[in-house]
Amino acid sequence: MATRILGSSKGTKPSLPGLLGIAPLSRQDIVQIVEDARKLKGRSLEGIRSDAPLKGRRIMTLFFESSSRTKLSFTIAGRTLGADVLDFPTSTSSMSKGESLKDTVLTVEALGIDAVILRHPASGSPVYLSKIIAPPVVNAGDGSNEHPTQALLDLLAIRERLGRIEQLTIAMVGDVLHSRVARSNIYAHQKLGNRILLVGPPTLVPDSLRGSYPVEIHHDLDRVLPEADVVVMLRIQQERMKEQFFPSLREYHHFFALDERRTKLLKKSALIMHPGPMNRDVEITGHAADSEQAAITQQVAAGVYTRMAVLNLVLAERGKSRH
Amino acid sequence: MESLVIKRGRVVDPANGLDHELDLLIQDGKIARIGKVDVGGKKVFDARGLIVAPGLIDMHVHFREPGRSDKESIETGMRSAVAGGFTSVAPMANSQLTADNEAVIHFIRARAKEVGLCNVYPIGAVTKGLGGETLAELGIMAEAGAVAFSDDGMPIMNTQLMRRALEYTKMLHRPLIVHEEDKNLTQGAVMNEGTKSLQLGLRGMPAVAEEIMVGRDIALARYTGGRVHFAHLSGLESIELVRRAKREGVAVTAEATPHHLALTDAEMARYDARTKMNPPLRTETDVAALWQGLNDGTIDAVATDHAPHTLDEKQDELSVSPFGVVGLETAVGAVFTYGVHPKKISLSRAIAAMTVNPARILAINKGALSEGSDADVTLIDPERRWTVDSSTFATRGRACAFEGLELMGKAVMTVVAGRIVYQER
Repeated sequence: MATRILGSSKGTKPSLPGLLGIAPLSRQDIVQIVEDARKLKGRSLEGIRSDAPLKGRRIMTLFFESSSRTKLSFTIAGRTLGADVLDFPTSTSSMSKGESLKDTVLTVEALGIDAVILRHPASGSPVYLSKIIAPPVVNAGDGSNEHPTQALLDLLAIRERLGRIEQLTIAMVGDVLHSRVARSNIYAHQKLGNRILLVGPPTLVPDSLRGSYPVEIHHDLDRVLPEADVVVMLRIQQERMKEQFFPSLREYHHFFALDERRTKLLKKSALIMHPGPMNRDVEITGHAADSEQAAITQQVAAGVYTRMAVLNLVLAERGKSRH
Repeated sequence: MESLVIKRGRVVDPANGLDHELDLLIQDGKIARIGKVDVGGKKVFDARGLIVAPGLIDMHVHFREPGRSDKESIETGMRSAVAGGFTSVAPMANSQLTADNEAVIHFIRARAKEVGLCNVYPIGAVTKGLGGETLAELGIMAEAGAVAFSDDGMPIMNTQLMRRALEYTKMLHRPLIVHEEDKNLTQGAVMNEGTKSLQLGLRGMPAVAEEIMVGRDIALARYTGGRVHFAHLSGLESIELVRRAKREGVAVTAEATPHHLALTDAEMARYDARTKMNPPLRTETDVAALWQGLNDGTIDAVATDHAPHTLDEKQDELSVSPFGVVGLETAVGAVFTYGVHPKKISLSRAIAAMTVNPARILAINKGALSEGSDADVTLIDPERRWTVDSSTFATRGRACAFEGLELMGKAVMTVVAGRIVYQER
């Protein structure tokens, strides 16, 4: 069990020394962040904007993987709180001229920033970064490792729809092996004591997961669905097919897609979730994605408030801005 | 359907531990009673002197349809099967239109149903076109009726792909049947590499080519928890590896062919392609190891690898002629002649290797004579002497390793679902 990270600093409010993942957080940390996000959601945007708790702070988004929604979500979150959110243009950057990641971030730090939001294809890169620079690092997704704000926003969406984030049976379906969303969610639900069911072909949902996490492994989706309070459909990538993790999209869809027939197997109260972007007709069809039970657009909305809560905790009580 | 009483035969049913003179009552396609049966007006077959066994199962045959019906069609293959005493067969996927998709699986089942002579359980390919690089739609084929998966004819050289296949098939509860041959060691070979190939001046493939792949796949099966069935094992070292793996509890099973149990590479002295097959005939030591393996349970099943080719193909010169010999109609004769009669194997073990064991591996509800089970029955005359003349066979294939030899033991009647589908004159 992780010790509580959200401790009181010199001030009276709790803070986060960056957010590298869910794994280092305690159950109380998670509950706190979701609560903070919920409170923010309950306020008016004008109210938050006029408060401007992060006014004068400069936040840099450093995304080495393409992303539309996550980057926008963080940007909107930061700006709503009054921060100056800038994007480091990695595709046209000096890195393409051969500069190392280390020099890039030292340069960024020297330009004067208060926090970095990092997305990188290498697992562990936020840890690496936080050893090199002083400002806090917020992990927006590192390789196959973690995507902590996704897990937190998922919890907010669940909280809003089901009224609780504990005493739940969560089913995650798809490429668990390569999914940082799945891992962050596993950590979160593990700490909350929820029942975790992982479903997919044995190549993508191997038995070895049981050795590391308190999860149940299933390969028969029909059997699992009636038991779930929440079903999280994970995106399946074409590359995995090329790597022979499964024979074809058609076969994957046949066995593991949430389609019209399978949606009917769910409890009436069950939630359908997807971290996005969706591959319609691959892992999910419109019958599920656009149904009453779907919480997918709610997840996106929840993302902004969750990221606001995280940025607040990371920056709000840190004293004066660095520049 | 008419009832049938098979009277006073020696019922040998290893699945139920039976070896006794008993009557069999068959009604409505099922075994209605085993024991003393009152004949009263029913059709009777006098089975005195005969062995009455559960319908024999051959889990490794090659029917060449769809694509090369000239070598063997599903129909002629089924005729050959029942003539040999087989009531269930599992055809491999390397037909010319590869059985790597649901449509071919459906076709095979539909065609077999039309012919109606015996049960046919298609095996689906592991990789598309047997190319060894991309997985075929295994799950969809399983739902279409494939009982196992195999690229037989070819080894799966790509270790990563073999790993994925082993993991993936775990959720389908069907075995992955492997043809073990490191192709890097066997190019251009026509027989076993050893003293004989040296003396005959022929290129051989060493038994180590099989051993290496067997070792690799035992390791992968152990690591992934997947299930492997070794097709046509031929070498002593391979058998020893399987023996050890089974002791450890790795999920492996194995089969051997009658020709590997009977003959050695000495047969190649004729330079005749009728004894050219893959894996090739090996040495006396290997033959002894195969019998040992059958006796101690290392080898679970006898399967013929019935591989028909045309007369012209098998009369071609050795280097050009394709690998493969027929086997359905000589299997019983060979097992009795080279095994049961010289007491290299008990009758019960021999029957088990062709009934309950392959049934268990393929998870089909066959291979036993229980009351209520399907009336698939094989009657064998263990004393029947006959000379092998493949030109009289039902198979279209024209290369038989036992050509001209005298065998003792023959299936004289084959019953499928209570219907007599083959009867010796």
